[in-house]
Amino acid sequence: MLNSLMSYLGSTLSPGAAGNQLWALIYVVFVFMGVSAASIALYWIEHSAGSAPCPAAADGISNRETRFVFWIAPIMGLLAAFAAYAVIPFGPSQAVTDVNIGALLILGVLSLNVLSILLSGCVPNSRGALLTALLSGARMVLFQVPIGLVAVAAILMTSLNESGTGTLSMIGIVQAQEDQGTWFLFKFFPIGLIAFVVFVIGMVAQTKRERLAVAAERPSDAGAQNEYDGLRRLLLIFGEYAAMIAVSSVAVTLWLGGWLRPFASQLSAPSWENIFSLFPGFTFLLLTAILLVMTVRGGSPSRPRRTQLAVVAALFGLIAALLFMIAVAGRSSDRHILASLRENVNYLYWFAAKVAILLSIILYYRSARSRNRFGRYFDQSTRLAWKILVPISLAVLALTAIVGLKHETWDQAKQLLRMRS
Amino acid sequence: MNDITTLHYLIVAATLFALGVTGVLTRRDVIVRLMSLELILTAVSLNLVAFSHMWGNLYGQVFAIFVIVIAATQAVVGLAIGVAFRRNSGIDVPVAKASR
Amino acid sequence: MTPVATSFFFYLLASATVLGGLLVITCRSAVRSALALIVTLLAVAGLYLMLYASFVAGAEVLVYAGGIMVLFLLAIMFTWTGVSPNEPRFLGVAWIGIPSGCALLAFLIFAFVKGRELFPDRMIALGEESNTQQIASLLYGEPGRTGSYTFAFEIASLLLLVAILGAVVKVSGRGVAGPVSAVESQETRPSPGI
Repeated sequence: MLNSLMSYLGSTLSPGAAGNQLWALIYVVFVFMGVSAASIALYWIEHSAGSAPCPAAADGISNRETRFVFWIAPIMGLLAAFAAYAVIPFGPSQAVTDVNIGALLILGVLSLNVLSILLSGCVPNSRGALLTALLSGARMVLFQVPIGLVAVAAILMTSLNESGTGTLSMIGIVQAQEDQGTWFLFKFFPIGLIAFVVFVIGMVAQTKRERLAVAAERPSDAGAQNEYDGLRRLLLIFGEYAAMIAVSSVAVTLWLGGWLRPFASQLSAPSWENIFSLFPGFTFLLLTAILLVMTVRGGSPSRPRRTQLAVVAALFGLIAALLFMIAVAGRSSDRHILASLRENVNYLYWFAAKVAILLSIILYYRSARSRNRFGRYFDQSTRLAWKILVPISLAVLALTAIVGLKHETWDQAKQLLRMRS
Repeated sequence: MNDITTLHYLIVAATLFALGVTGVLTRRDVIVRLMSLELILTAVSLNLVAFSHMWGNLYGQVFAIFVIVIAATQAVVGLAIGVAFRRNSGIDVPVAKASR
Repeated sequence: MTPVATSFFFYLLASATVLGGLLVITCRSAVRSALALIVTLLAVAGLYLMLYASFVAGAEVLVYAGGIMVLFLLAIMFTWTGVSPNEPRFLGVAWIGIPSGCALLAFLIFAFVKGRELFPDRMIALGEESNTQQIASLLYGEPGRTGSYTFAFEIASLLLLVAILGAVVKVSGRGVAGPVSAVESQETRPSPGI
């Protein structure tokens, strides 16, 4: 078994493509642990620390005959969110597997989230839960139209490298961004930027915020998910956050260059590599400093206590020190293991940093503070989707094709002219 | 690929087809009959893709893609009619005939 | 990539398919039938993946399971009328329908088994990496020639557009607020028992 562990380490394929089941399992376990930790952290950030639903609480549903079907909505939400992680890459060969239809599969699996929403409205004897669930589900389906269109625009951009054929595989999309030397966010500026903004708006609308769907005067405003409690509610919340992280990862892979560091091709000298590899250590140092300040200032009743903060601050400090050591030690090229470790840490760090930035944007949109500002836009979300987002995404798709074609024919014309003269 | 031949896939497709036909013939609810129709179409495209694998070219897969598109069209139109039907006449044909 | 444990996965997916199909036609509640159909469609997508048809599998999950089944569930839940559990699910003529279904199945299996020598008993492993590109060259063509199915592709998209317009016109026949008012009038209806 040690042989099969070690034999994979130098490979350039993802474990699924290489047929290595042990490493695929290791990746799956790591991804699961990472997503669970991130979901818990997100819940902790959004709500206060002690308000998670107790798994042992009984809800109105289980008072009646305990039926298997009432588990379907939470479990389907979880499955749909986690199935997307099988193809999301954290590095050039760090994904669970790399199917060559990765983007199509992810779009399809994330559309199974709608089923979870629809089924959560089927609770008995609940006034208005069905209506809220149906409208929320219809809104989610509606916002998949612009998401799909701009995702196709991004995939269209992958076909503009020298080989001339695009790819649907997630690793291939990031490698196309690497080959073309620019993130798709900045490609054919501002087409990429508009596409990314449309994707983010659609993404925010997909994260099941029922109170934005129905007008605020209804008494059933809280949504169908309030009928659930206990373990089912916990699983529903977990699935919601996991789906948020999954869609953010997809946006990072499609538009923000996945695991590539900023200016990967413009500033590619080894000294720049060293400077950029110090970023993980500095980030954790910053986090440690923030936590130390929070510890010194003391805890309020809704925040965790001083000892917890101090422990987490110490942990982050240790991680920062470790990252600095890796960044410095991996510089010399004769230590192969340390260099590849530094590379992997860098890939993972840049990917996680971009996902974190996107998630903070989504959390900001979801916060109660922003609801008054953006609420009137999202309350008429249907109008927003049909009249604004779909025409913009259609225009982005058409413009990407036209500009890309002009690019290619211009290049071919230049080559022809060079050959003739 | 060793001992799973085309015949295995064809038998699965035939089973789905027979189940779909039985569903269309026996159920009362309009929407369940539409779902059985979807079963029939799925069986047909499974058949096509199995044969495409057998012959080694992609014509069957392209045909299966078109079958999926046609199934989507049929679902849209059929459900529009079915929803109007259910709303006005109850869930099935005998009830509609009795209430007329 | 060498296939791993092929017959195990085939039997798993095939039994999931057949079981799902059985549940579709025998469940009392329409919502449960829809759920069983989703399971069937996902299992069939798995079978497509085993047949090296990755694009068709992705399209099936995206369009069929993620779109059409959502449409079915929305339709069921919008028009739920609180059917009592004692209503019969089968038509009166089921005593003809079920045996004829079995006869059809027997006939098909007989035809396939007998005709086995008519088709070559091989399974050619298609190239996995370029499935989408090859389908694209069939549908859209290479630079310099159109594909074999470009015309059919355009007709299919026109057909979808016509179907969508027809459904929208039919639904909004009672005014722009048609669907919403219909839903609101159902607010006190019982929720679909699943």
